[in-house]
Amino acid sequence: MSRTIETKAVSAGEAGHWGQDIRSDVQVRIEPREHGAIDIELESRVKPYYGEAIRRQAEEVLEALGVQHAQVAIHDEGALPFVIAARIEAAARRAGLGEGTRVLPDRLPLPEPSPRDRIRRSRLYVPGSEPKYFINAALHGADCVILDLEDSVHLNEKDAARLLVRNALRGVDFLQCERMVRINQLPLGLQDLEEIIPESPDVILIPKVESPSQVIDVSQKITEIKANYGITRPVWLMPIIESALGIEKAYEIATASGEIVALTIGLEDYTADLGVVKTPDGAESLFARQRVVNAAHAAGVQAIDSVFGDVGDMDGLRTWGLNSRAMGFEGMGCVHPLQIAVIHQAFAPTPAEVEKAQKIVAAYHDAQQKGLGVVSLGSKMIDPPVVQRALKLIARAQGMGLVP
Amino acid sequence: MAFLEKTELIPNAAGRIVPEVANNRPQVPYLGVGKYQPRGNKAAPPIRTAADYPESGDKRAADLETALRKCGLRDGMVISSHHHLRDGDRVALMALEAAARIGVKDLMWFPSASFPSQKGAIELMASGVIDHIEGSMNGPLGDYCTQGKMRGMGVLRSHGGRWQAIQDGEVHIDIAVIAAPAADPFGNSDGSHGKSACGSLGFALADSLYADRVIAVTDNLVPFPCIPSQIQGNNVDYVVEVDSIGDPAKIVSGTTQITRSPDRLRIAEFVARFLRDAGIMRDGFSFQAGAGGIALAFVGYLKQMMKEDGVKARFVRGGSTKYLVELLEEGLTDYILDGQTFDLDGVRSIAGNPRHVATSPFTSYNYHGKGNFASLVDAVVLGATEVDANFNANVVTHSDGRLLHGIGGWQNCLAAGCTILAVPSFRDRIPVIIDQVTTLCGPGELIDVVVTERGIAINPLRQDLIDAVKGSKLPIRPLRDIKEEVERICGGKPQRPKPGDRPVAIVKWVDGTALDSIWQVA
Repeated sequence: MSRTIETKAVSAGEAGHWGQDIRSDVQVRIEPREHGAIDIELESRVKPYYGEAIRRQAEEVLEALGVQHAQVAIHDEGALPFVIAARIEAAARRAGLGEGTRVLPDRLPLPEPSPRDRIRRSRLYVPGSEPKYFINAALHGADCVILDLEDSVHLNEKDAARLLVRNALRGVDFLQCERMVRINQLPLGLQDLEEIIPESPDVILIPKVESPSQVIDVSQKITEIKANYGITRPVWLMPIIESALGIEKAYEIATASGEIVALTIGLEDYTADLGVVKTPDGAESLFARQRVVNAAHAAGVQAIDSVFGDVGDMDGLRTWGLNSRAMGFEGMGCVHPLQIAVIHQAFAPTPAEVEKAQKIVAAYHDAQQKGLGVVSLGSKMIDPPVVQRALKLIARAQGMGLVP
Repeated sequence: MAFLEKTELIPNAAGRIVPEVANNRPQVPYLGVGKYQPRGNKAAPPIRTAADYPESGDKRAADLETALRKCGLRDGMVISSHHHLRDGDRVALMALEAAARIGVKDLMWFPSASFPSQKGAIELMASGVIDHIEGSMNGPLGDYCTQGKMRGMGVLRSHGGRWQAIQDGEVHIDIAVIAAPAADPFGNSDGSHGKSACGSLGFALADSLYADRVIAVTDNLVPFPCIPSQIQGNNVDYVVEVDSIGDPAKIVSGTTQITRSPDRLRIAEFVARFLRDAGIMRDGFSFQAGAGGIALAFVGYLKQMMKEDGVKARFVRGGSTKYLVELLEEGLTDYILDGQTFDLDGVRSIAGNPRHVATSPFTSYNYHGKGNFASLVDAVVLGATEVDANFNANVVTHSDGRLLHGIGGWQNCLAAGCTILAVPSFRDRIPVIIDQVTTLCGPGELIDVVVTERGIAINPLRQDLIDAVKGSKLPIRPLRDIKEEVERICGGKPQRPKPGDRPVAIVKWVDGTALDSIWQVA
């Protein structure tokens, strides 16, 4: 009879970043040992103020992870507690420790569930591996904040970013912003969901969608996790179409799940797929964008545009946003907080539009009261779709705080 | 040699502990804003006679060492210098090193501010040439002081406080060494022209009037008369010609940069909107803002709002930068009253535009005068390292007690109609709004508004401002609220580093009283 002893190769695990130019992050290195206590070596630019707190937190997190014997080095650049916890957990897991254990920081009260049709003019991308951008992301007034696990996170950092984003969903107050997470392409994205869904994000962005089955996979996984955790509030979906094939299947994708609230397009990948250059006026993607608008409207979900990548070009951004609204998009992505105000302006109905819509609605109510079937404004007859559009526009202007 | 003499420590009216004696001079503890009543007459330099100066007007000396010898340099004297060349200055160290070669000891160096490039002064302190520094210290010099290595006690004064100390005779300057971007052999000196042009020489004016001896050092000797001139040759003893008084790259920035940090831009925009919503931004108003990233961005936002509302300022106070110069050139202000000139656009403007006028700490800031300009300014935007819940603020030390900044004009500016501190609510993980400031530099009763990225707090003493912004969309919140939010974010209140029990420097208030002490750190 032979007995096999399962041994797991243990080596040091490292997570996070430190250095002169790094802020609000921490690097944690955990070297497992056979015996002995936990030795913590701490360097921190905030040591005189939070040195004891950091040490205490490290001990608590390691204990929760079941780490008993280890040499731990912490180089802290002013990381907030939710970051420290995520980095320690990531380092421990990379060292082969604490598997199957989650160390969750205190959770802020969850905001109200997000309505399906809320206004989504601006969604601010925050790289999931850059904690310094998390904490004030919501201050700048975007409608949504996207914690990104996909393209802004290096392949080697996926596991650590996932924990960071999970902790941020628990510990960071995103104020009025809808809390979105962009997961990775499947199948990696399904692992992301395991950590993210228990924290009740409002929306999951699914990248590089080319077929309805991808959406269905994500939706099923979410349903499963929600059931496990007893979560009843909705987690909405927003597929991102980023290829020629995806564009061809836009309507099927948009209708793949009842949880879909918006359809969007990623132009960097789309133009790469076509092998064309992305130009400032976007002539090469006109069809694709209009296709997304049409598919989204046909499916009864919001059409949301891509991002405008040149942070220095505010005039270009404004023009893009105005065109985008004219095409039927209801919002777009932001890669820098300075873009938010410009985008909100571009997607806002103009005062003249609002005024006209108010007149039409007034005429409509007037006709209703008088029991007239025909609505007229001055000498003009107003068709029902015009009234509908005016009602929509006013509701939207109200949602943006433009009219009382 | 005054190796930190034993002295009693006493609490002042702000509850801060200060030494009774510093550098053998008895100190008046801070009594409260406007409480200290000075008496007596101003100090004055000795009477001189033209008989002792060359009739030709040629006061040139071969070099600084010769000039210092002719000025009668001795052990224990006070040598002053100025920071209008900022981090590019070469003259101060040149003078102190010349003094070292002469072999004197125990000098007091009295700069209007010191800069990191002058860290060579540390060796001169270690070797006993310099006993101590009375002036701002930061970087390596600041560490040297807070580590308790300086023999005498540091004394930090505001720009106005430095004038006050000289004028009131608290500091008697034996020899003033003035770096002059242009000078004639008679000693008339100016800052707006020459390869080392820096703009205003205002910081050197008091020294030229009150010092026993004055040496002008220039790398741009022009034939008499040097026109314009900010320093009168009639106050100058010797003129020394050198190859270079400073490193032009460090004298002024090519261009001062607006911050791109969205959080800081948000603070800047809040400040501008506050001035508009509170009705402070109105025709004929005035403001002052420095050259920090937030202050520059603030000017940008305010300019936009001034244009929208068709509002023009009567004057703005520098430190001048490109952004103030644009206001002047676009007719959005009648005047720039300039204390120092930060970038090349400022230097160009002050040299060529009669509405861009150099001021001195006397006209701008001196508290022991018949008023000063600072109190005529409607609004000032300042920074701070720490603020407490009662609006008391620190601008000189880190929260760990190390010296970080000089006071500059900061204390003097608190006299403005509306004093605004524009600060992030925390830096890294370190809260800026805390229970007790490490060093008290500005009494809370003079600080009206604290603007952070998380909201705007108005001092409850300013009910008028609270009323003025009622109905505004600005996020007005109690300071305590912001403080508590930040403590939640940062994971609790910070530990308070234990200060040492030995004062290594004192912070003067604008009236010369002792407002607080800087303590030795480990």
